[in-house]
Amino acid sequence: MAEEVKLFRTWSSPYALRIVWALKLKGIEYETIFEDLTNKSPSLLQYNPTHGKVPVLVRDGKPVCESLVILEYVDETWKHNPLLPQDPYEKSMARFWANFGDDKLMKSIWQLFIAHEKDQDVAAVAALENLKIVEEQLKGKKFFHGETIGYLDLAFGWIANLVSILEEIMSLKLVDGERFPHLSSWIQHFIDAPVIRDCWPPRDKMIIKFQVMRENYLAAATPK
Amino acid sequence: MNPVHKKIPVLIHNGKPVCESLIIVQYIDEVWHDKNPLLPSDPYQRAQARFWADFVDKKVYDCGRRIWATKGEEKEAAKKEFIGIMKKLEGELGNKPYFGGEDFGYVDVALIPFYCWFHAYENFGNFKTETECPKLVEWAKRCMQRESVSKSLADPHKVYEFIVSLKKKLGNE
Repeated sequence: MAEEVKLFRTWSSPYALRIVWALKLKGIEYETIFEDLTNKSPSLLQYNPTHGKVPVLVRDGKPVCESLVILEYVDETWKHNPLLPQDPYEKSMARFWANFGDDKLMKSIWQLFIAHEKDQDVAAVAALENLKIVEEQLKGKKFFHGETIGYLDLAFGWIANLVSILEEIMSLKLVDGERFPHLSSWIQHFIDAPVIRDCWPPRDKMIIKFQVMRENYLAAATPK
Repeated sequence: MNPVHKKIPVLIHNGKPVCESLIIVQYIDEVWHDKNPLLPSDPYQRAQARFWADFVDKKVYDCGRRIWATKGEEKEAAKKEFIGIMKKLEGELGNKPYFGGEDFGYVDVALIPFYCWFHAYENFGNFKTETECPKLVEWAKRCMQRESVSKSLADPHKVYEFIVSLKKKLGNE
């Protein structure tokens, strides 16, 4: 019985990209539905009434939401090419680091990105500290789990995708080869992986999008 | 044991630390998997359970905190949001005895610890969860009949007193 798999995403969402990569690694065929988040489709709102966000994976009419939850669902449903380690302790460490990436690292980098010039130094300290923590995790490893791409690489994939774009807009180098040799090397390995390479959102479009976002944030935060 | 966040809880098993409460709960479920599983075995049901536990984590504490830590319009907004969150959870519970179905499960574990904070939220926010979400409070009382829950949750009055003294310390009256 052929199963029907759909992925609701936007062209730029780093969270949705995690699922695109995961499905590609597992060799799963699916239909993509691109959403415009300023004009959400009734389907999206029906499948994700709680948050109304992307990504949403729908398999045989049943939706799964929240990208890290979807990654585990994909891994448990299609058991070949496992993404997560089998050992419970290693698994818990993987979940811990993915949460750290989303809750701390991404937030601190974003805070730096939308900071006014006078606040940039303080924001940079937090972002660099968090990047250093991730750098430590990559010592002696090609990818987070060893020789092949897995859950944590997908969870941190936004670093490889988004950070250089934010750096270009800010005219500020965060992840340089000298301070972050392991992270820089991981980014290169990740970008070069065939599965990942083919799914990159167009860089020029990303730059425009995030430039506008930054301008809006800075304008909103400027005291009048 | 928790150099990254410096927070509790931390579970130490055979000398190795596991941090972040929901990650610890999943670890416990996986290591001691032959007894009273907390997560269902079906991947889709597991995803639903993880989603709702994540929802509890992201929403309940933060919103509850805003009820007692803010005043005026902000407090009212937090109260409305809190009731909305509880209503969503009540909707997810439906007619089941527990979020886990017939058995106490992962989402029940994620949410019930907040029940002893409800009294404080209700006092500061001037509302009654039981009026707004009767089925949810029924569920909470059902959970409280379990010795593991009733013996481990703090006294709601103590929680309220704790917040009162915390507000004083923060200069927040």
